[in-house]
Amino acid sequence: MSHKVVIPIGPYHPLQEEPEFFRLYVEGEKVVDIDIVIGYMHRGIEELSEHKHFDQVAFLVERICGICSSSHPYAFVLAAEDILGGEANIVPERALYIRTIIDELQRIHSHLLWLGLAGHFIGYNTVWMWAWKYREPVLDMFEMICGNRNHYGMSKIGGVRRDIRDEDIPILKKALDDLLPAVDMFRGAVMDDPVIKARLVGCGTLTKEQAIDWCTVGPTARASGINIDVRRDEPYGAYDRVDWNVIVEKNGDVFAKTTVRILELYESISIIRQCLNKMPKGEIDADIKDIPPGEGIGRVEAPRGECFHYVKSDGTNRPVRHKIRAPSYMNVASDKVAAVGGTISDAALTLAAVDPCYCCTERLIVLDKATDKKIMDGWDLIKLSQEKTAKLKKP
Amino acid sequence: MMILFSYLIFPGFLFSACVGLIAGWIDRKVTARIQWRVGPPWYQNFVDIVKLLGKETVIPRGAAKLTFLFSPFLGLLSAALVATILGVTVRLPLTSFAGDLIVVVYLLIIPAISVIIGASSSRNPLASIGASREMKLVLGYELPFILSIIAVIIKSSGGIQLGSILNHQINFGSNLVSWSGALAFIAAIFCMQAKLCFVPFDMSEAEQEIMAGALIEYSGSALAMFKLTKAILLYTIPLLLVILFWGSNLAPLALIGKYIALLVVVILIKNTNPRLRIDQALRFFWGPVTALAVIAVILAIIGY
Repeated sequence: MSHKVVIPIGPYHPLQEEPEFFRLYVEGEKVVDIDIVIGYMHRGIEELSEHKHFDQVAFLVERICGICSSSHPYAFVLAAEDILGGEANIVPERALYIRTIIDELQRIHSHLLWLGLAGHFIGYNTVWMWAWKYREPVLDMFEMICGNRNHYGMSKIGGVRRDIRDEDIPILKKALDDLLPAVDMFRGAVMDDPVIKARLVGCGTLTKEQAIDWCTVGPTARASGINIDVRRDEPYGAYDRVDWNVIVEKNGDVFAKTTVRILELYESISIIRQCLNKMPKGEIDADIKDIPPGEGIGRVEAPRGECFHYVKSDGTNRPVRHKIRAPSYMNVASDKVAAVGGTISDAALTLAAVDPCYCCTERLIVLDKATDKKIMDGWDLIKLSQEKTAKLKKP
Repeated sequence: MMILFSYLIFPGFLFSACVGLIAGWIDRKVTARIQWRVGPPWYQNFVDIVKLLGKETVIPRGAAKLTFLFSPFLGLLSAALVATILGVTVRLPLTSFAGDLIVVVYLLIIPAISVIIGASSSRNPLASIGASREMKLVLGYELPFILSIIAVIIKSSGGIQLGSILNHQINFGSNLVSWSGALAFIAAIFCMQAKLCFVPFDMSEAEQEIMAGALIEYSGSALAMFKLTKAILLYTIPLLLVILFWGSNLAPLALIGKYIALLVVVILIKNTNPRLRIDQALRFFWGPVTALAVIAVILAIIGY
């Protein structure tokens, strides 16, 4: 039987919380091919960033994604500090620890968020609600440290904006202690449940070779047996001052991706504990005034994988070029091999298993096909959107 | 006149729909409490239905109009008929007619078939996938369901009449307390979960995969009818299981207690499992569940 039907997932679909479009070509229940269309969420961040000064850009890139809202500003700040001579040379010791704590808290909340969504995607809404319930205390910790649940506003070139007060440290430690039994519970409930195993094992397998070919990063790559982690390979923050392990699984299926994320929760909790214990007293900001001309890169292991920022400065107060590569951009593409061959049910899960984050990923350029001439770029898009807003505002 | 009354009002359509909607609320409330949510007020399901009745019914372009609109009726009519037969039987076991059990089993398939027909006529690829999943699921669960009913029939000395099955249980104790009855009951509970289209067997409506699947094109009063059918089934199928397996004492309070006990089982299964894939569900029903039902039949023949 060769009767191909197109099953659309998106642009609006309950599977994904953001607009994107997957065209599944199916024969019966079997997925034979898949088209991935992104570009619904383009906001022209790179272009925008070249019109802001360095202090503002940290806030701007924080808004690329509400989930990795520490990774993007951190990577940008690292890139700017790379121009100045490297993070380790200019940023005070205490600030390094605070940055690491924020980065790991973010990983915990992002992985719990994904775990809940994964539960939702396999129709297990109890896991969804419970994971998000235990994510709440993590957000409370954020609120205690930086005053915000989701956009932290902590990163600053040369340091961090807020200190962790000494009287807060016992409360944070207690919250971490309370989190541990919850993580144990999820480990038991998800990793030992026979029905979940039946559903996830062997679903959407990405072999090691495929994972390398498609340049996957982060937990998606680590679940396929690739031992990479920017935190260890090119340490930033205080990661080289604490003990922790890179979690690697072999199978590459959705179950392995789940396992990697659950086990990473333990590592994150342990990293934060060590940081809270080891954190020295002292300054939190090096008070940087100017960025000299030059180029710098910043790499941060976001919850979804390596987040890369490139900044070029010409000595003025704004970047001449700011290039961002978010991890989902690499991971989403790997669905092309991972989802094909499975059933629709498996494909839906596989698409979600890379923890895609589309608003980090979007980029757009409109070309005239005949002449290859650029007819629309990010700036035009912003203008278009401003005109639309003005039109809407009119009564 | 009496027949019309019992079909339309008590214990037929109106009564069973109300009980079903309340049961649906219990389901939503308990689910919400399990998930640390608050849950809706008791009248939420009624309000939903009323709201849907007031909405426009959109018929997709190119759909088979008559079939599309007729199939929700088909399901609702048959579900209400089952509710009537069961309700009358519970009140007056002696009035039941010979072979009504067969009629009930037939009528209980029709809501599923109406979903399949409606989905297929809507000309939506997602709906057709939902329909094909529903079809496979029906093929899966009907075999063990009928086998477990056969075990009950053998236990009750061969009566295929609900009244005689009830009388037998009143005289000799519930079928549930025998080996064969217990095994058949377990098999029937799994089938009930699938017939009610609840997790882990809700793949025909899998929201995250095919967006309500079979029902995707339905809106307004046609959708309300499907919802009412679901509500009535939520009342009738546990009631049928109570009559078949647990019928020794059907005084009103005992009946309500037994019904709620079954409802809780349904809700617990629903909230502690992920959705299965359709091939896994089929394998599950034709494998372990059918084996369970066959063992129950064999035990019933030997006399356990």
